[in-house]
Amino acid sequence: MDQAAISGEIEAIAEAYQSSGAVETDVRLDYPPYRSSILRHPTKAPHQVDPEGIELWAPVFGHQDVDPFEADLTIQHRGEPLGERMRVTGRVTDGDGRPVRHQLVEIWQANAGGRYIHQRDQHPAALDPNFTGMGRCLTDSDGFYRFTTIKPGPYPWRNHHNAWRPAHIHFSLFGSEFTQRLVTQMYFPGDPLFALDPIYQAITDRAARDRLVATYDHDLTQHEWSLGFRWDVVLTGSHRTPLEEDHAA
Amino acid sequence: MTTLAPTPGQTVGPFFGFALPYDAGSELVPPTRPDAVRLHGRVLDGHGDPVPDALLELWQPGPDGRVVQRQGSFARDSYTFTGWGRAATDRTGRYRFSTLRPGGTPPYFAITVLARGLLDRLFTRAYLPGTLDDRLPDVPAERRHTIVAEADDRGFVFDIRLQGEDETVFFSYTQD
Ligand SMILES: [Fe+3]
Repeated sequence: MDQAAISGEIEAIAEAYQSSGAVETDVRLDYPPYRSSILRHPTKAPHQVDPEGIELWAPVFGHQDVDPFEADLTIQHRGEPLGERMRVTGRVTDGDGRPVRHQLVEIWQANAGGRYIHQRDQHPAALDPNFTGMGRCLTDSDGFYRFTTIKPGPYPWRNHHNAWRPAHIHFSLFGSEFTQRLVTQMYFPGDPLFALDPIYQAITDRAARDRLVATYDHDLTQHEWSLGFRWDVVLTGSHRTPLEEDHAA
Repeated sequence: MTTLAPTPGQTVGPFFGFALPYDAGSELVPPTRPDAVRLHGRVLDGHGDPVPDALLELWQPGPDGRVVQRQGSFARDSYTFTGWGRAATDRTGRYRFSTLRPGGTPPYFAITVLARGLLDRLFTRAYLPGTLDDRLPDVPAERRHTIVAEADDRGFVFDIRLQGEDETVFFSYTQD
């Protein structure tokens, strides 16, 4: 299976989506161009329930759990990691723009050469002794997270012949309710691999896909030190958008 | 008031093992504690084969049914029950948690499922054995057993089938 065949599948699904007139905001679970999803996606629609009890709450994480130094992935070893140093920051909110305060954000990523510190990553790119690629922080009282890291490289994977993932940082986020749990990936603007990647393209809606792409922000860039990227996250979960009547009441 | 569009999910991928699981992540209480129960089982794919690269998260109330709001899930002190834990599956697709029996009406374990090949997280509930049918969510009768744990000598067994005839019931909380 080569890239042309996978791209053909991606395009056929995209065309069918566009002609359907529907608007999808989530990633699809059933997306055959991502081969590993074929046997791992539920075939039945999720059962819709009102969240109750424990689901209306989220676990609490605090400074006992997270050391502030864990937000800087470039100081975890003796020397400076290789790669483009950058700051990544953004705001975590619910669908009404209310901040998700003092909540856990975890990230993990490949090094500048596209290699993970993971046994199963056999990509013959160098490991960087000064880079692990894992960080954590708590959002502040206004919902902002802040990380300092290096830009990860693209890397090959075995979905099909000559498959490469666009550069990305994995993000794990908690909201103020269990139902808002989100694990996703942040991408970088203008990546030439976007159109070829079955994981990114599994979000069939262009506007929804774009929400995973960070924005370069020169105001976050620091003189002779690091580039700045901004990426905001919206966790909706079960949160009901208030209706007009709710406000009137 | 503006409504912001949700950020879509993406798969946890194959390489989370060095980043997300952590020491004692699956031990909400030490297994040696007299009131500790084990919640364990397998994650299986559409062929019934084990999923060795899945990650489960557990969120539950204490035995008195109260929701715990205490930090310390990442730095367990052996005494504080936080109600939250995380367990990766092993080579045979098995996971295990050491925890307390949840309270509540009816009691259940809330579980988040992540895996390579799974493009977004899934939510399910593991109700305790013996939960009456009319207390369970209104799912088709033939699928009810997929959200009820079985008892064993040390606690509960709960298998998760991502796909297939006996596919686990997964829940969606989004309100349109
Ligand atoms: Fe990755």
